[in-house]
Amino acid sequence: MARRKSVRKTKAGSNALNEIPITVRVNGVEYKNTVQPRLLLIHYLRDVLGLTGSHIGCDTSNCGACTVLMKDVWGGEWRAVKSCTFYAFQANGKEILTIEGLARDGELHPLQKAFWEHHGLQCGYCTPGMIMAALGLLLMNPNPTVEEIRKGISGNLCRCTGYINIIKAIDAAAKEMSAKGVKV
Amino acid sequence: MIPKSFEYFEPKTLSEVVGFLKKHKENAKVLAGGHSLIPMMKLRLAAPQYIINLEPLRKSLSYIKVGGKSIRIGALVRHAEIEHSQILKRELPILPAAAEWIGDMQVRNMGTIGGSVAHSDPASDWPVVMLSLNAVFTLYSGKKRKVPASKFFIGPFTTAIKPYEVLTEIEIPRLPKRHGWSWKKFERKAGDFATVNVATLILPKDGHIGSASIAVGSVHYRPYRVTEGERLLKGAKPDLELVERVAESAASMAEPTSDLRGSAEYKRHVTKVFVKRSLIEAIERANLNLR
Repeated sequence: MARRKSVRKTKAGSNALNEIPITVRVNGVEYKNTVQPRLLLIHYLRDVLGLTGSHIGCDTSNCGACTVLMKDVWGGEWRAVKSCTFYAFQANGKEILTIEGLARDGELHPLQKAFWEHHGLQCGYCTPGMIMAALGLLLMNPNPTVEEIRKGISGNLCRCTGYINIIKAIDAAAKEMSAKGVKV
Repeated sequence: MIPKSFEYFEPKTLSEVVGFLKKHKENAKVLAGGHSLIPMMKLRLAAPQYIINLEPLRKSLSYIKVGGKSIRIGALVRHAEIEHSQILKRELPILPAAAEWIGDMQVRNMGTIGGSVAHSDPASDWPVVMLSLNAVFTLYSGKKRKVPASKFFIGPFTTAIKPYEVLTEIEIPRLPKRHGWSWKKFERKAGDFATVNVATLILPKDGHIGSASIAVGSVHYRPYRVTEGERLLKGAKPDLELVERVAESAASMAEPTSDLRGSAEYKRHVTKVFVKRSLIEAIERANLNLR
């Protein structure tokens, strides 16, 4: 963990900071760091915390490869957000779930298993973001129609699969999660 | 892409936001959900010296209140909250319907209605909806100032908000339960900005159109109301010939620019097509016969 530095105030009386202390809970572990205001959440996750599962694809909030889940965005539930269009300071005090936090006790999450079984990935670059977006969708809509799945993942691009197997995987995972009562 | 360095201000109250803005004016920008401002900063189209984070004020600026003669929406309400709002689905269904077509799920989870209208991209969705609904914007600078939508959207990325003001609330006059509405957004690909977007509202009266409101976006330097078309519709028994004339009037007001989303001529054409579709849908939802 990065060492905690004292917070420097900028020009006298401006009350603005050029270093911000943040506390974030990622995959159940609490981290305290001091970050530059311009540090993006995806860079914080990858470069500061070493969680490189979340990817940088387009870096312009189009492709969704950087998608993670966050609590207390709205309505209390986990919500999918794009961590490339998100300052690290905006995550201060929040809980985050990344692809690294999905498997439990060495067992893959139903979505991870379904992507494997239905061949929902080829190169795998989009997969972490795709799975986190799918989870965000299923938490809002546990039994989506195929149409709703298609619309739900419209913020995530895959350049290999043609999406068909991804949609099959999400559909299968939704059914398994509903049957077993899996939430996150 | 990494934004230019900036300094960070975390306010405890709205007064602190205004105090900071008054001191730093154009050098300071307020950050709500960040889904317009952060992309601009990453592309370095914007490089403010100071960012004021509104998130600490979420509790007081995030609400949907339906009561009396208006619906009041706090500036920090996220698109997804409007999309999934049960009370808005009953009360003013055009709002959740429009929210559903903004960006993608992740964008809607973070982006805010206040941020979107304050940013005022001429191809964005909320300004068009707000103009059709005669929304009123509350701007705070120590005291409140109210600006109607017709005077709020000045031009591309330009609104009536002064550098020392903050948008705090959007107030929308309530409509009678029985009203026709339609939101039509034509996008080149899923989640894109609109090629053209149209909001239509019809208030029926004794089998006639009591009044109509049509707003069009993305094909002009700012969203506009189809004033001549609305005048033609008032008091009319709608028929397809009238719909055609209104759509033509809407298209003649458009001043689109040729870009990746199509030539100016093409955009003028789709403006007519989408106004027509929107008007027909709103007339049907108002339970009026279309001859």
